[in-house]
Amino acid sequence: MNAQLVALAVFDGISYAALVFLVAVGLTLVFGVLRVLNVAHGSFYALGAYATASVGGAIFAAGYAPWLAFPLMLLAAVLIGVLVGGPIEKFLLGRIYELEDVLQILVTFAVFMILEDVQRLIWGGQPFFEATALNQLGTVTVFGITYTVYQLIFLPVVAIVVLIGLRLGLRRTLTGRLITAVTEDREAAVTIGIDVERIYLITFIIGASLAAFGGALASATTSVVPGMGADMIVLSFAVVATAGLGQIEGAAVTALLIGLGRSFAVYLWPELEVLIPYIIMFGVLLVRPSGLFGTVQARKI
Amino acid sequence: MKTLMIASAMAVALAAGSAAAAEKPDEIRLGITAFLTGPASVFGEPAKAAAEMMIEEMNAEGGIGGVPVSATFVDEGAGGEALLAEYRRLVEDVDVDAMFASISSGNCTKVGPLAEDLKVLNIMWDCGTQRIFEENDFRYSFRTQANATPEMLATVLYLLKTKPDFKTIAVVNQDYAWGRDSWAIFSTALKQLKPDVEVVAEFFPKFGAPDFSTEISRLQALRPDVILSTSWGGDLDTFVRQAAQRGLTNNSTLVLPLAESSLERLGDALPEGHIVGTRGDHYFLHPEKTGNEDFDAFVAAFKEKTGAYPIYPVFHMSQALAAIKAAYEKAIAANGGDWPSREQVVDAMAGLTFAGLGRDVTIREDNQGVEDQLLGTTMHSDDYDFALLGDMMMFDGDAVTTPVGQISADWLKTLSPDFVESVQVETFN
Repeated sequence: MNAQLVALAVFDGISYAALVFLVAVGLTLVFGVLRVLNVAHGSFYALGAYATASVGGAIFAAGYAPWLAFPLMLLAAVLIGVLVGGPIEKFLLGRIYELEDVLQILVTFAVFMILEDVQRLIWGGQPFFEATALNQLGTVTVFGITYTVYQLIFLPVVAIVVLIGLRLGLRRTLTGRLITAVTEDREAAVTIGIDVERIYLITFIIGASLAAFGGALASATTSVVPGMGADMIVLSFAVVATAGLGQIEGAAVTALLIGLGRSFAVYLWPELEVLIPYIIMFGVLLVRPSGLFGTVQARKI
Repeated sequence: MKTLMIASAMAVALAAGSAAAAEKPDEIRLGITAFLTGPASVFGEPAKAAAEMMIEEMNAEGGIGGVPVSATFVDEGAGGEALLAEYRRLVEDVDVDAMFASISSGNCTKVGPLAEDLKVLNIMWDCGTQRIFEENDFRYSFRTQANATPEMLATVLYLLKTKPDFKTIAVVNQDYAWGRDSWAIFSTALKQLKPDVEVVAEFFPKFGAPDFSTEISRLQALRPDVILSTSWGGDLDTFVRQAAQRGLTNNSTLVLPLAESSLERLGDALPEGHIVGTRGDHYFLHPEKTGNEDFDAFVAAFKEKTGAYPIYPVFHMSQALAAIKAAYEKAIAANGGDWPSREQVVDAMAGLTFAGLGRDVTIREDNQGVEDQLLGTTMHSDDYDFALLGDMMMFDGDAVTTPVGQISADWLKTLSPDFVESVQVETFN
């Protein structure tokens, strides 16, 4: 494997990692605050993709300007987060925080199954493909290999912007500081008068919007098909568990590790490609059971 | 007293009648398994729509031998165990006259022995694994289309006839039984027919993989002359689009044996000059059937009803329905015009020739259908906003199907480069 191939594998790994990060970071954020492992996160990813691909397909066919693809993604993500994520937290999860973890996971799993069928009802079984955003940005040739600008540059840039935005948002804004406070210690946050229910709702909407945004961004590169949410949630779990639950920077590093591991596998040992995320997870958890960046938590009585 | 006598007389008369022939039923009940959920619903949904249209039309014309046909659909997407349970229920409780199962090769492998146990006519209407009749001797199961061996062999032949000088090939198939098996058949045949070809890469990305960027980067670095992919549905669409977006399709010729079923969805993303197979002679612009009034009317009605042109599972469904109709008619004739028993209908399947939307198909003595194979090269036209097939070739089904009693893997190894010229081929432009 020469330097050129190493460089190519790195490019591919980074662009893949960017998408994985966007979805996983929403999942880990929600877990950090709500302490609920939300299986329905995969549905938000799929809904974001379906909404963007179907609405995009319709408006571009009607002759609207192709650059609208980018604002459309943001809009779809926010709408899915608010209109689908909001009510789920408010009316369903809000009632079960006191219950056992296993029950909470089961409830979110049920939501996931319901939303899978809702997707089938609305969009049917045929794949959607809407690559206007990707085609807008064109291609770039590196070392004789053609890449799309969208995957090589745009996606990683968006991921970095989201990472920095989340960091600054959590540390510099009032809502962000409240979210951090609730993450650190819920009881203490309640005693000093923080409206925890509101923080939960806001966090969940942000997390759901991030997943939908990941789906919206992915829809330009891939076929939107039934079952895409299930694949993504499994991968996101692997990232979140490897990183340590609730770790935002950890999710970024792990997504990068998995992305690079996967692309190097395709060059060196293609049969291993599917296993890579789980091998990394297994290796990390063996050495650090709380994940790469996870901290041992004192058990609350 | 008088009433009783009339009733007894009627009972005697009825008993006498039924002794000569099976009672003519109120309807012929079919059970049809197809993927209505999951990724393979891209095949199941059009096939179901086609079955409903064709059965309605059949019944409007008097059904089969004057008996109307009804169908119950079973979702293969619910999994193998659920399918077997539902299959058994349809046979034992609903008392269907015949089953059409299935799309998945894994499911066909499972229902074959079950149909023997239940003694029910089982038409394997879509599945492709060549192993079914090579490894089993079934009485009740028949396949009304070709299998993976003729489909892959015809693809190799088309490739060798249109691009005889290619040197290198890579493969990108889905990581499941079909992806692996189809590559085994294709590569075995290719090695026999063109021994100097070098396989430069073999990729089996996960079934349902959303991203092939890394594979595409590596393929761009390797620059193989030909890239084979037997993928289908969303996977194939994604691969072709990503390959086209990044210019891979400019340097390498794609060979896509199942892409007929993706042409319309892919739109202009599939460029000109790539090889497309149809799993038989299945194409909505069939070179011999277009212009035929019934064919054109069906294609138009199907497009009207579903919003899409018919793809190969629709043709497969038409063949299965044509086969069961022909079998009943043959059995009725053999029975002197009386209604045949179910066993007599099974007997009638042997050696049966029938035609669905495409050319004639004949059932061989091992219950495998012999079907001609149509392939073409993509070209763009002003009349459609997606790629069509040009330079079409039709390969003789007899020549490319493994002979009765032989195993495909062994038979393919007996082929030599002369085979390419020996197969009868018709060309259409």
